Amino acid sequence: MNIIVPIKQIPNLTDELEINGDGTNLDHDALQYVLNEFDEHAIEEAVLTKESAGDAVRSAVTVVGVDTTGELDSALHTALAKGADKVAKITGDFPRGTDSHTQAKLIADAIKSMSPDIVMTGVQAADDRDGQMGPMIAAHLGLPYVGVVTSVAAKDGKAIVHKEYAGGVMAEFEVTLPMVVGVQAAHQPPRYAPVSKIRQIAKTAKVDEISGGDPVGSGSSVRKMFKPQSAGHAQMWDGDAADVAEKIITMIKEKGLLK
Amino acid sequence: MSNDIFVLAEHLNGKVSDISFEMIGKAKELAPKFGGKAIAILMGRGVKSLAESLGADSVLYVDDPALAQFNPEAYSRALAAVIKDRPPRVVMMGNTSMGMDVGAWVSASTGLPLIAYVNCLNVEGSTLVATSQIYGGKIQAEAIPNGETCIISCLAGAFPADAGKGSSSVEQIASPVSLNDLKVKFVKLIEPEKGDVDITQQPILVSVGRGIGGQENIELAQELAEALGCAVSASRPITDAGWLPKTRQVGKSGLTVKPKVYLALGISGAPEHLEGMRGAELIIAVNTDAKAPIFDVAHYGATCDMLDLLPALTEKVKG
Repeated sequence: MNIIVPIKQIPNLTDELEINGDGTNLDHDALQYVLNEFDEHAIEEAVLTKESAGDAVRSAVTVVGVDTTGELDSALHTALAKGADKVAKITGDFPRGTDSHTQAKLIADAIKSMSPDIVMTGVQAADDRDGQMGPMIAAHLGLPYVGVVTSVAAKDGKAIVHKEYAGGVMAEFEVTLPMVVGVQAAHQPPRYAPVSKIRQIAKTAKVDEISGGDPVGSGSSVRKMFKPQSAGHAQMWDGDAADVAEKIITMIKEKGLLK
Repeated sequence: MSNDIFVLAEHLNGKVSDISFEMIGKAKELAPKFGGKAIAILMGRGVKSLAESLGADSVLYVDDPALAQFNPEAYSRALAAVIKDRPPRVVMMGNTSMGMDVGAWVSASTGLPLIAYVNCLNVEGSTLVATSQIYGGKIQAEAIPNGETCIISCLAGAFPADAGKGSSSVEQIASPVSLNDLKVKFVKLIEPEKGDVDITQQPILVSVGRGIGGQENIELAQELAEALGCAVSASRPITDAGWLPKTRQVGKSGLTVKPKVYLALGISGAPEHLEGMRGAELIIAVNTDAKAPIFDVAHYGATCDMLDLLPALTEKVKG
């Protein structure tokens, strides 16, 4: 089982996001970048799939990303610590916030020759303004795609995947491999890799470098970026937990739900 | 190229989903500005009656055995072929579980641009202006396609649904591309497990998010729910971590709830979560981050620590 996991780095959303001077993009240089959390799940699901494939000797998980930050190595080292076997980065003049169409095309070109059985990537990323990478990679490689997937069971050239719809309904598909999967959540939470282990790996890890071609672009142009104006805002209560508890009880009583 | 707007309608279990009507209503508003029509596209097998329930200017119904159930490969190939045969000005679809599989695939395979996560769509002069809600709902990005044609994937609830309801004339066609050699085969639908409490039927929900910190603290929420005679629900990270069953998840991929009181504790309020609870009668949010988006939909809010609040509340409820 040859599994390839395309990943993407995105701004850390817990930071304050600032908009640049001309108001058309984030002030990317001021931001910290982290691995897209759906890609964390894709890495976990890939490692679980490899472990259950039963042919561990011939199985490998390769994690690949476009280095838009100059800091992709640390994400790749973490992936190795979590059970990936090989890592590669695509380099070139690709700034932070490079669009999904470009990243998907670069990744598709880079992995074409790796003959994957399954390509597993995060179903979406918070910066997918021009759409999600998974289906685009599938289209470029001429492979089928199923996204919003929460479990993958691969055997004998086929995969059974579960796709989530709204309201907790799921659909089961049987897919002839190779295929591309958009992972919503791994079937168990992503494992933790101790910092000491990542540091150890970083000393000896080999990150393959692939030189990327020209950006294809998103096909659309942002003319204005802004923070949403909320229609309303909660009336805020001051005070400590006991004060707030008192107010909540009063509200629940007003609704007639508590005596 | 025509000046028509295509809307890919979604349906599951014999029911057209709301977002289809929302998009059709929007398409009917915008298509005349291009001098075109709003054309709904419905794919299925033997479901012409569903096609007839769409309030578009006209409906193109693609009937094929391979389309009997949603199948990302079949839908994507059929839609790409329809676009090639009858090139429209704009193609709209949902930024939903179904639409996300189709939109980006069709974009990359046809070369048409895609603007995703759209919650505001207008035409200025003859230019389409689409605003995407990105970075977890923290940023709006207003964009225009570089060419004339574009695919737009829309967020659920962005436009009113009523304008898209009604009926219209239906043109039925077979799939313009052969769907006999699909790699993806639909097996079955799996309905959610029953047996656990039904969070859609609770008068009060004690709903917890990442702020709960660890699995060991779930008990604190359960104690409060027990004292109130209601149930604990959660945002996605909590059910993904396995701290609560999937049946307790509120939001886009979970359940939509409308309790009388929704206590959102340690929930930041990602757009996917808000989609499932904004209809609650009274929303009280507690989160240490005063800028959390949950406060934009909550009626009342506080920034104290939920781990202090839970036992304090339980004690007061018990009297």
